[in-house]
Amino acid sequence: MIPVAFDYTKPSTVDEAVQALIAGGEDAKVISGGQSLMPVLRLRMAAPSVLVDVGGIAEMNGVSDDGDHLLIGSNTTHHDVMNNALVKQHAGLLAMTAATVADPQIRHRGTLGGSLAHADPAGDLPTAALALECVMVAQGPKGRREIAAKDFFVDYFTSALESDEVLVAIKVPKMGDGWGYHYEKFNRTAQAWATVGVAAAVKRQNGTITEARVALTNMGPSPIRASSVESALAGASASADAIAAASTSAADGTRPTSDLHATAEFREHLARVLTKRAVAQAAGV
Amino acid sequence: MTETMDVTGSAIGRPLRRKEDARLLHGQTNWTDNIQLAGTLHMAVLRSPMAHAKIAHIDVSPALERPHVVAAFSAKELGELNGAVPCVWPVTDDIQMPPFHALAVDKVRHVGDCVAVVIANTKYAAADALDAIDVDYEPLPAVIDMEAALKQGSVAVHDAADGSLGTNRCYDFPLKPTGDGSFEAAVKAAGDDAVVVKRRFINQRIIAGFMEPRAVVASPMGMSNEMTVWSATQIPHVLRVLLALVTGLPENTLRIVAPDVGGGFGGKLQLYREEVLAVQIARHLGRTVKWVETRSEDMVSSHHGRDQIQDIQIAATKDGKLIGMKVDLLANMGAYLQIITPGIPLLGMFMFPAIYKMDAYEFSCTGVFTNTTPTDAIRGAGRPEATYAIERIMDELAAELGMDPLKLREMNWIKNTEFPYTTVAGLAYDSGNYEAATERALELFGYDELRAEQEQRRASGDPVQLGLGISTFTEMCGLAPSRTLGALKYVAGGWEHCTIRALPTGKIELITGTSPHGQGHETAWSQIASSILGVPVDDIEVVHGDTGRAPYGMDTYGSRSLAVGGQAIKKAAERLVEKARIIAAHQLECSPDDLDFIQGEFRVKGDPAKAQPLAAVAFEAFTAHNLPDGVEPTLQAEATVDPNDFSYPHGTHLAAMEVDVETGKVKIRKYVAVDDCGVQVNPLIVEGQVHGGLVCGIAQALYEGVEYDSDGNLLTASLADYLIPSAADLPSFITDRTETPSTTNPLGTKGIGEAGAIASTPAIINGIVDALRPMGVTDVKMPATPENVWRAIQAAQGGAQ
Ligand SMILES: Cc1cc2nc3c(=O)[nH]c(=O)nc-3n(C[C@H](O)[C@H](O)[C@H](O)COP(=O)(O)OP(=O)(O)OC[C@H]3O[C@@H](n4cnc5c(N)ncnc54)[C@H](O)[C@@H]3O)c2cc1C
Repeated sequence: MIPVAFDYTKPSTVDEAVQALIAGGEDAKVISGGQSLMPVLRLRMAAPSVLVDVGGIAEMNGVSDDGDHLLIGSNTTHHDVMNNALVKQHAGLLAMTAATVADPQIRHRGTLGGSLAHADPAGDLPTAALALECVMVAQGPKGRREIAAKDFFVDYFTSALESDEVLVAIKVPKMGDGWGYHYEKFNRTAQAWATVGVAAAVKRQNGTITEARVALTNMGPSPIRASSVESALAGASASADAIAAASTSAADGTRPTSDLHATAEFREHLARVLTKRAVAQAAGV
Repeated sequence: MTETMDVTGSAIGRPLRRKEDARLLHGQTNWTDNIQLAGTLHMAVLRSPMAHAKIAHIDVSPALERPHVVAAFSAKELGELNGAVPCVWPVTDDIQMPPFHALAVDKVRHVGDCVAVVIANTKYAAADALDAIDVDYEPLPAVIDMEAALKQGSVAVHDAADGSLGTNRCYDFPLKPTGDGSFEAAVKAAGDDAVVVKRRFINQRIIAGFMEPRAVVASPMGMSNEMTVWSATQIPHVLRVLLALVTGLPENTLRIVAPDVGGGFGGKLQLYREEVLAVQIARHLGRTVKWVETRSEDMVSSHHGRDQIQDIQIAATKDGKLIGMKVDLLANMGAYLQIITPGIPLLGMFMFPAIYKMDAYEFSCTGVFTNTTPTDAIRGAGRPEATYAIERIMDELAAELGMDPLKLREMNWIKNTEFPYTTVAGLAYDSGNYEAATERALELFGYDELRAEQEQRRASGDPVQLGLGISTFTEMCGLAPSRTLGALKYVAGGWEHCTIRALPTGKIELITGTSPHGQGHETAWSQIASSILGVPVDDIEVVHGDTGRAPYGMDTYGSRSLAVGGQAIKKAAERLVEKARIIAAHQLECSPDDLDFIQGEFRVKGDPAKAQPLAAVAFEAFTAHNLPDGVEPTLQAEATVDPNDFSYPHGTHLAAMEVDVETGKVKIRKYVAVDDCGVQVNPLIVEGQVHGGLVCGIAQALYEGVEYDSDGNLLTASLADYLIPSAADLPSFITDRTETPSTTNPLGTKGIGEAGAIASTPAIINGIVDALRPMGVTDVKMPATPENVWRAIQAAQGGAQ
């Protein structure tokens, strides 16, 4: 529980941060809120030689309205995400999900970008980002690039970011009218990670579901869209029965692990039950 | 400290805010890790990554090459200094007590076993150098499961003394059948009218989870022979004796200080190997040595608790009258015997019959070695396990008999008119009023309304079912009459000490042998002394936890501090008043018998204008200018009290549990705890103890459980996997107290520190099972995680979804 010694640098621009990462090589690591990285260091599961603290980079903080989407700086804390008026108005699912993360202390330090870059299969925000079809803006030695959420989460604790890339911001498409949403998190204590979580966004028109997005937390190495549920819901009536029927396929194509908190079998069961509940909430049923 | 005492009334019974809190809450604290002495060396411990292995080769010398490293030791380098850690409770004559050295010799026996230490100038350097130590382990098969450990041919955790293959059977403790004979005979005698219910309950292993990790600073003072040891411990006095025995250091040169201690819950009722190591190495190097554990170390090396397989049978007549009970336990000792490891289940032995009358009781316990962290006392120590089993099986019996579980209890409990009552386990319960506590609990709970709602939910097939859990518990506390402990082969007494000094400036110094670590003794003890001395609570300073200032004591555990220590305070205070009376009479020129002692002053009977306050007497005793002949200067008194008997707090706890049958998730809808701890010295502190205890017991029911894999790796090795609930997971508790004074001590007090932890676990599980019984569920594995609940439902329904 005592980290290996490391160097520390705090750049003030993204360019400097990228330079620091290049200079540090494979052993350099970005630190943002430190809420996931510090435990890893203290358990000596990683021993980077230099930490590049991006917390002082002004560009990477805050939420702005950018036309059809919001631009959220990577360093924006969970606390700010859940309380920001623009987020609540245009991407309520993200605000709602951020509010379920850990506890107030951690939400005041942990950041949206850190959470996405960490790519923890039990993380809640990656699931919301996948359901909202966010786009990640990253900068590396070759300049900036955009990565769609569906391509961003690669494997257990692995994102599409290169080791010398900084996640600068997240583009969150605005949800238009007619959408309802819900994040159903199932955990054993209030502070615990999700055993399973379900993010649902549903568009309703005259009692019919016209479009549905359902993404699952902790049902495999990365967050995953429950595409068979989504297609079963498209065009279905917004009724409890139709939602229940569609939700029976929620675990299809998932690869959950068995751990202390649940077996894979139970996770599959939970995915079905929680999908039914999340979609029903999102659809106002 | 704004509470001012109204000296016209007794301070006992007032809900005063704790004196110690302002300091604790403002960070003006002095934890062991805050002790910073110049030139301190830091110790880091290399721990076994394997549950069972031979140490084929070990070389600590590469660590010496690392920066800032001063020394490194394995058992070999430590040699004679590698003291054996004692167990003071050999429960049977033929118990196996294998050697248990501070550093493992030749073999490691659990993950976390201490293998070597590095001593360096900084804690970081010490931690970094651990990986330089060269160890070759030859893995041996590990035995984790108790039943497997007892099978013929199982791997033995310890070799026998003669070097042959040992047995994992640490001891067999049979209690001779008590009452009218054996369980079997009693059942036979009842013939066709007997109903027997048999269950196996698993009382899972838990971790104490104190907030402040263990820590020790051992400092040879140089100028004198003294070795001062600061330790995050519950038992500075016991530690002093044991460290003297283990290290060979003269006891009169050892000073043990328990500074602010951040929780213990039994987990710091221990002599730990790291304490021995710090003292021995400090002595060897002539330097101060400090060790502070990390949370990761705590999980594998602070003792664990509970861990019993309980086979229990209960018999009753068809109309519900209890006939008898038979209990057979397997108790997991872990890999070594710590201070009182073998005795913990025997504390439970007395409590299985609980508040019920029956004529036959049989008990046996087998202690089993496994390749796991040693077990020992955790809050309740043996009594929560017993209470869980009896309160669970009372519900099962009620279901079998088709009776309301509360009616069944009522029918069999000891009536308030029947005290004192000697139970079938041989304990003489001093007092109790189960009727009153239950009546109040039912009132607060709304039992009938909740039963009606339960019916409704059942009828409508609600996905959230409701269950009502009952626990009418008692416990024995106030450890303990020394003779009783002797009869149980416990190698110590159970007395307690207090010295009170009235200082010339009017202040009172109260020196106690109890050693608080969060309980609020400073306030409560002041209240007791204030009620006798008539001195404001704020003028009393309680001194504790330092064998240099408070040389006598038996420390704090087993809900003993008030029940036993309180008696010593009362007696010492009364003795002080008696000495003061003689001095005052001399000053006031009257006979001592002509003095009343009221509101802190001696008043001449019939002439209240002639009076002398205690402070003035103290000053006279200090100047000694005008003392009566034969009276020694200074005003102080002491008392050492050995309790007559235990006392028996009790209560009725009711839990309304909502169970989501689709997901298995449970929610405590309502929790009512009506406790009877006799006279309450400070109801606010009692309330705090009840809340903390409830959370501990509820945590065992719902959240906490140590898990090992089959190789003996601790899976619940961090607080991300070993889930401790927070306020956000719990309801607001509804609490109240009835007050049936104890008759075994003059203050009429009983213990309250463990009550909540003992009572709540079965209340919660009974509530869950009650919700699910119509679905065929008769038990749920603890902790009742969503998956365990869901699986219980699936199993009851034959796997149908
Ligand atoms: C007790 C506890 C409970 C928690 N519970 C939950 C929970 O319920 N749900 C949940 O979703 N999360 C939970 N978390 C994690 C929390 O949300 C973290 O805040 C988040 O995962 C990481 O954000 P951070 O800013 O702290 O990142 P850091 O810890 O600083 O970094 C995490 C990783 O991301 C990388 N990184 C960070 N920022 C960038 C960037 N801008 N560019 C490139 N790489 C970057 C780092 O190099 C590191 O590998 C919990 C954490 C704790 C300690």
